[in-house]
Amino acid sequence: MSTLQLSHINAAPWGAPLLEDINITLQPGAILALAGPNGAGKSTLLKLIAGDVKASAGELVLGDSPLVDWSPQERAQRLAFLPQMSLLNFPYTVEEVVLLGRTPHASGRTRDFAILEQVLQLTDTAALRQRLYTQLSGGEKQRTQLGRIFAQIWSEQSLAGSLLLLDEPTSSLDLAHQQQMLSAIRLLARRGCAVVLVIHDLNLAASVADHILVLDKGRQVAMGTPRQVLTPQLFKQVFQVDISISHHPQQDYPMIIPQGPGR
Amino acid sequence: MPEAPRPGAASQREQRAKRLIFLLIIILPCAMALGLSSGAVSLSPAEVSQGLIDTLSGRGGGQAEIIIGQIRLPRILLAAVMGATLAMSGAAMQGLFRNPLADPSLIGVTAGASLGAALVIVAGGSWLQGYMGLTLVSAGAFVGGVIAVLFVYRLASSANGTSVATMLLAGIAITALAGAIGSLLEFFADNDMLRRISLWKMGGLDGANYPRLVLASIVSGALLLLLPRYAAALNALLLGESEARHLGIRVEGVKIALITWVAVGVGTSVAMVGTIAFVGLVVPHMVRMLAGPDHRYLLPASALAGALLLVMADTLARVVVAPTELPVGVITAIIGVPFFISLLRNRHHYGMQP
Repeated sequence: MSTLQLSHINAAPWGAPLLEDINITLQPGAILALAGPNGAGKSTLLKLIAGDVKASAGELVLGDSPLVDWSPQERAQRLAFLPQMSLLNFPYTVEEVVLLGRTPHASGRTRDFAILEQVLQLTDTAALRQRLYTQLSGGEKQRTQLGRIFAQIWSEQSLAGSLLLLDEPTSSLDLAHQQQMLSAIRLLARRGCAVVLVIHDLNLAASVADHILVLDKGRQVAMGTPRQVLTPQLFKQVFQVDISISHHPQQDYPMIIPQGPGR
Repeated sequence: MPEAPRPGAASQREQRAKRLIFLLIIILPCAMALGLSSGAVSLSPAEVSQGLIDTLSGRGGGQAEIIIGQIRLPRILLAAVMGATLAMSGAAMQGLFRNPLADPSLIGVTAGASLGAALVIVAGGSWLQGYMGLTLVSAGAFVGGVIAVLFVYRLASSANGTSVATMLLAGIAITALAGAIGSLLEFFADNDMLRRISLWKMGGLDGANYPRLVLASIVSGALLLLLPRYAAALNALLLGESEARHLGIRVEGVKIALITWVAVGVGTSVAMVGTIAFVGLVVPHMVRMLAGPDHRYLLPASALAGALLLVMADTLARVVVAPTELPVGVITAIIGVPFFISLLRNRHHYGMQP
């Protein structure tokens, strides 16, 4: 059974259509990256899957039933969403923020604290655990929020059926933590969790995603493996830039090399 | 990876919060006892306990019994109950609005209630005397407060739910409007009415009696039992509204429930004791500084601390210019404002960024 299925989805939350005829099928363990220029509808699509934006037409199915039929709590037990910006300005500690991810579960204190330990390790926030969230740097905040999202869907058993929605999960991270967080995302995917993420750096997208969906003006213009989708023609057409495609020296995925401003 | 839970900051803070609650549970009765013994007539501890025993056993008689049973006991209990209501409502509003500076008066309750009371005082004129008059004024305040909140809530609600930011702005607008109408009423009021309006606005516990205490206790009791049920929801709401929704919280239902209960609670308190400044704003702040923002501890600790603050303020109000007394709202503001300013200046020490 697929984790997520979108068929012929349209959305126009403020009148003008923002998404038109989107079709996605996501299997357990698959990682899908959304790409496209600013304003293409990537975040709207994530919010739509998260239930924040209503579809004006089409069908959105999570697991075995339409998204709207899920009770908020049951949905939250398997669907976690990392928004682009966090509004949190109350002095929770890092631990407390991560533990908030356990809100939809009644899994008990012992288990929640065991999960906390694992998530702190995974997001490299164990050293920050007693720090106040409001006093962290941007990257530390992002890792803490990622920890909260991971804790929300965490399970030692299979994660099949779970879905992570990540809006720019690596935007504030240094290179080492970028790699670390992408590894963590891949780890969860290997255990069955499906992932939809927005990443602006397409080299990072190519390195982590199984498939890339390219949006332009709310329409789906390309969908496939990084190698199929990331071509000079597509970049010319969608982003109006000239690039050349190379190949990662050790891994099996393409690398995008922009022309640069010239000297 | 370690399987066994290690005690971390979360549980350290929990320890601190539990200690704070324990401490407050011990201090509050002491403050109430102090309140019973002090006033225009000072009573010794022996007289206080004798008066209490006489009151509870229903044996009338001595001077101590009259002072304790008829005057000070209902007054101090009313102060405790209303202080707890105001502080817990404040904590809930700050969580709901994700704004550490939010106060129950922001959603228009206080202004609406003041206008309701002023309307009754002016319309009632001179025949509005004594116990009956006081009850009518209270009823006017309660109705005014609830109507103001309904207005604010309608203004902020649309098909997409309730916007908390719009609600704050609508609250400010309704407060200004109610204030203007209130001033208009005062303009046309005669001297006697004017004095009663302004005394009522300053807030006071001198109208305390057992019927009022019973009514206030019922409303506050419901509030104190119900609000802590929303602790987990409020904790999640601090992350943001859609984040709370993604954590499985039914955000719209929680908002409606909290606003309704706070309106009823604060409306009742304004009706009973007038507007009492700063308890709802300052107390949750103090508690958050000592015990962190976790509402599972913040709500009960705020209730206890609010009760303590109002009992102490009322005791002061009765003692400083005895045999007359100051309006208690003046005392809470005089204690509250300097404290609040020091909080603003030191907010970085506890990670608060309003």
